[in-house]
Amino acid sequence: MEKLMHKPLLPRVSLSYRLLSWEFFLLLITAAVFVINSLASPYFLDPWNLSDATFNFVEKAIVALPVAMLIISREIDLSIASIIALASVAMGFVAQTGAGSSLIMLAGLGVGLLCGLINGLLVTRFEIPSIVVTIGTMSLFRGISYILLGDTVMKDYPQDFAYFGQGYVYAMFSFEFVLFLVLALLFYGLLHKTNFGRRTYAIGNNPVAAFYSGINVARHRLILFVLVGLVCGLAAVLLTSRLGSTRPTIALGWELSIITMVVLGGVNIMGGSGTIAGVFIAVFLMGLVTFGLGLINVPGIVMSIIIGGMLIGVIATPVLLKKFRNRKPAP
Amino acid sequence: MKTLLQNREVLLAVLIIVLALMVGLVMPDFLLPSNLLAVYNDTSILIILALGQMLVILTRCIDLSVAANLALTGMVVAMLNSAYPDVAVPVLVLAGALLGLILGMINGALVWKLGIPAIVVTLGTMSIYRGIVFLLSDGAWVNAHEMSAAFVSIPRSELLGIPVLAWVSVIVIVLMAHFTRHRRLGREIYAAGNNPTAAFYTGIQVGRLQFVAFSISGLLAGLCGYLWVSRYAVAYVDVAAGFELQVIAACVIGGVSIMGGIGTVQGCVLGALFLGVINNALPVIGVSPFWQMAVSGAVIVIAVIANAKSERKTGRIILKKAALQTH
Repeated sequence: MEKLMHKPLLPRVSLSYRLLSWEFFLLLITAAVFVINSLASPYFLDPWNLSDATFNFVEKAIVALPVAMLIISREIDLSIASIIALASVAMGFVAQTGAGSSLIMLAGLGVGLLCGLINGLLVTRFEIPSIVVTIGTMSLFRGISYILLGDTVMKDYPQDFAYFGQGYVYAMFSFEFVLFLVLALLFYGLLHKTNFGRRTYAIGNNPVAAFYSGINVARHRLILFVLVGLVCGLAAVLLTSRLGSTRPTIALGWELSIITMVVLGGVNIMGGSGTIAGVFIAVFLMGLVTFGLGLINVPGIVMSIIIGGMLIGVIATPVLLKKFRNRKPAP
Repeated sequence: MKTLLQNREVLLAVLIIVLALMVGLVMPDFLLPSNLLAVYNDTSILIILALGQMLVILTRCIDLSVAANLALTGMVVAMLNSAYPDVAVPVLVLAGALLGLILGMINGALVWKLGIPAIVVTLGTMSIYRGIVFLLSDGAWVNAHEMSAAFVSIPRSELLGIPVLAWVSVIVIVLMAHFTRHRRLGREIYAAGNNPTAAFYTGIQVGRLQFVAFSISGLLAGLCGYLWVSRYAVAYVDVAAGFELQVIAACVIGGVSIMGGIGTVQGCVLGALFLGVINNALPVIGVSPFWQMAVSGAVIVIAVIANAKSERKTGRIILKKAALQTH
């Protein structure tokens, strides 16, 4: 009897232990980067400077939260940056009619939600792998933005619309940053403290078993896709407000940095494991690295080498360590 | 199942012909043999890359780094040519292909030896390879006047009335058809992708085959590096940026299953041609180039839905509903 009760607990303990050490590992690297940055540039430790630094990654970080949940459920969304672009274009058109900020925001959120719904329906109704669907909708959504805007710019946003992306809640704490902290807490609760979160892990670990234990896998994934779309709409509001303009190339290539953040945060790209805390730390790690490199005048494309190397290196390190550890006991 | 697969390819071929005829109604010159040859020639690089990508997708992986690989090898070849104009072009082509092979082997080794998912590996190497192009060139362009005459003219010189570039793609198609159908390694790639567990128990090393697939994809990308740079007579950091999506789209439209194990050379070629005809037709019938991206996106989505429907019929019946949930 006792044996039976303990058995299912065993893997869970070892799993959480492993995740904990992954986050500790990330935290160490982040701390190291922080120290290196403050040594490399005398301007780094200025609080306003640090606050400015958050603008570069907070919008991506906000999208990384629902994307982490989506990847945990064994799906992926490559169209996120295109959804941001299309939502931003929609906001531009609403703004042209002279509508107020709240209506503009609603348009962004609505279009984001709609795009997420399209992705989700294609994946769940037609049972198509999400990577192919979202490669298609990635071109489709961005393509529609190009059709609507061509090479023009929209910038008829009302004055008070700028608050979302440029306003400060208190001292150097920007609206964007505070919103990110609140959302991170909400997603932490959703993934780690609710049935919905537990189901997400169950689906990611074994969709067939999840299906047979009574989870509506298709509906669950549909909800996650809609959630990702909605949050992309939110990111579009923040980004458009911060830039004060919309071009069809807005947020180009963001899907890669967002997915890099999520994977760096310890979310298994094959689904089933990962934590919001890990993603939270990874977001700061990426933000600090790019900001620190920017301070010492490293061009953006060289940063992409470092981020690409980091992505592979951080994932390869535990695998290599494990290999060496396993090799030792062998005679 | 076989007739089903064949049907899909016949259907795609019919679609391409209908599409070309429709464009011909608006612009009769589009159907001139010389123009059709030009369309094929324009699609050659896409065909070559799509065939390499197909092998990778067959083994249940994906190679997002092909376009970056192409840009890097293209830049290296162009810089070598401008620095040493006396070196024979075939040597440069070989050097490019070799460099592409090495870049592909790096992807393959990371997937095989470290077991990192292919999408993560190639997402990383995509940024790295593209970044190295910038480091090498310092952001500068290699322009036509810096390249030797032979370097630029070989792909466009004609053999029996057909440009060398098109010949290269024909040779790659023939070799690939032979490889996937009649070579043991090619058959093993299908087996590994169809059912890795079963393949393992029949003595096939799945990881090794993934390595082979990545290597071939890299080799072909390296070859295309030279072809692209010499065809457009310019090399810069953003060469072929985003082209990897077109390549994957060509595979998907051609019926290559992203779940591995399903896909044919002829389907893949037709998929690439379909995109090629659309890309060439849009400007001809006076559609703004801004429409191109949305159209190819819509085509991918529609093709994928069509594929999903025909693939579903081959699924297991007992666990059908559950099996479908497991992507």
